[in-house]
Amino acid sequence: MLSYSSVHLASPFNHHQTILSSSPRRGLIPNDSSASFSYRPRPSPSLTSSLSPVAALPAGSSATTLVDEAEQEAAPSLPSPLKRELLPGHVAIIMDGNSRWARARGMPTSAGHEAGYQVLKKILELSYKWGIRTLTVFAFSAENWNRPKVEVDFLLMLFERVLKEGIEDFMRVGIRICLIGDSTELPESLQKLIKEVTEATKNNTKLDFIVAISYSGRRDITQACKSIAEKVKHGLIEPADITESLVAQELETNRIVELPYPDLLIRTSGELRLSNFLLWQSAYSELFFTDTRWPDFAEADYIEALTCYQSRQRRFGQRI
Amino acid sequence: MEKHSQRPEPKNLNSVWRFLRRCLFSVLSFGPMPKHIAFIMDGNRRYAKKMQIKEGSGHNVGFTSLVSSLQYCYEMGVKYVTVYAFSIDNFKRKPEEVGSLMHLMKEKIDQLLEEESIVHKFGLKLNFWGSLDLLPEPIRSAAEKAMVHTANNTGPVLSICVAYTSTNEILRAINKSCARFEDKTGEGSDPANSILVTDLEENLDSASCSEPDIVIRTSGETRLSNFLLWQSTFSHLQSPNLFWPEFSLRHLIWSVLEYQKVYPYLEARRKLCQES
Repeated sequence: MLSYSSVHLASPFNHHQTILSSSPRRGLIPNDSSASFSYRPRPSPSLTSSLSPVAALPAGSSATTLVDEAEQEAAPSLPSPLKRELLPGHVAIIMDGNSRWARARGMPTSAGHEAGYQVLKKILELSYKWGIRTLTVFAFSAENWNRPKVEVDFLLMLFERVLKEGIEDFMRVGIRICLIGDSTELPESLQKLIKEVTEATKNNTKLDFIVAISYSGRRDITQACKSIAEKVKHGLIEPADITESLVAQELETNRIVELPYPDLLIRTSGELRLSNFLLWQSAYSELFFTDTRWPDFAEADYIEALTCYQSRQRRFGQRI
Repeated sequence: MEKHSQRPEPKNLNSVWRFLRRCLFSVLSFGPMPKHIAFIMDGNRRYAKKMQIKEGSGHNVGFTSLVSSLQYCYEMGVKYVTVYAFSIDNFKRKPEEVGSLMHLMKEKIDQLLEEESIVHKFGLKLNFWGSLDLLPEPIRSAAEKAMVHTANNTGPVLSICVAYTSTNEILRAINKSCARFEDKTGEGSDPANSILVTDLEENLDSASCSEPDIVIRTSGETRLSNFLLWQSTFSHLQSPNLFWPEFSLRHLIWSVLEYQKVYPYLEARRKLCQES
């Protein structure tokens, strides 16, 4: 029998299932919690009007608060296939398909992003209600800067709106906003708003909501490398101290949240790839791909993704 | 039609089968063909359990599947094939299983260098990616010998990931980048401007290969399990619901057809996604 050298196998990944606290949460129970999201499209707007920062929100969606009807009464119960102890602690979502959704309806791309925003609000609300600890969304990748300027400008304005509209609710229900990505490429007004919102919500503890804007997984790892090289240069660490754990600590997500590794990564619109999102962090994530485009992603789809996750056996290279 | 047994086939039947394959691949090649396919060969043990054969035999049958799949890939014109043979995480398994897998690996590496093997048939260049120093000495030597022996081959490339995880590969690239940065620039320079994404890419094990077009994981599991995280981020991911020893020509053809369906969109996205 061949012998092999013992290997230091400590892994920086949180391999355990996150067991969620069973203590009652200050949750959110909208009055129409049984209704799944439905989008009622506006009559096809012109491109110019749809880019107006004060464009009306679609009929049927909440026009005011991010978490509407936030008067909760009893602790929220989970839909029946979901079990609290088997829910993922960290869900990451690549919200793909807004443009194709709009094109299929003969609407401008901006309408797709607008519809996508409404879905994001709903999914954030459900995540909070069901006790997901961390939700990360891929809002804008480093590669997206290559899109048409009109679309990029609209998206940047939309991000400002998301933060301005959501801050009150984030404070009320205890959502902490974190941004990852290269913020230096963003307009100054957005950079300032991001600083204000992240500072205001930094002590919230109910849910960590990570928004990836101008983010690239490869650049995230490269900046970790630069940071480590800097520390070696200043004699703070020795080259022999560079381990996977140290690299992981330098990643953007790992510096800011308790659960930096997604347990479940969802991508909508049928694309079967990760597109430079959370490369290192998703090494052991369960991937869930759905053909549904993001603006059509409803509560039932989210339940399906979570149910699928619950049925998976996570082995992390070992036998069980 | 695809056989997993080791019985020699009659020569004329083999020729007919080869001719039919050539026709099939000619038709396939009217569409865009992948240059690099990566496999996570999952499900050998579960296959053995399903077929009620000895546990270790699943891996043996898996190797036969691998050789067949390699043959078909190279006949199709695929230039690079990468396989996930043994992860660093797999060292955590029972010592008997790890020992048996090490033994199998040594045996198969030696087999690959034999005259009649696929390596000689196609003039393959062999790479072994991973922290080879974690392997027992006989396997490490066999791997290094195989790489030296095939270093000058100009045919397709087979990269075998052994004692490998992607995070470990990236760590080694970071170590090399930090060391080169110190050597290259000396005092007074700024890592922020000197270390780029391309520096890390050049120091990965896979630097000489293109990125995978398709990553196939068998056994229906939908996760990467720390395989080619950097390189596969724009790859088309597929997770057919069958065990690795059951993977055959029709599954490979289906995989290529699926890739061809999404290729126009993938290519358009790739052009937008040129990393600086």
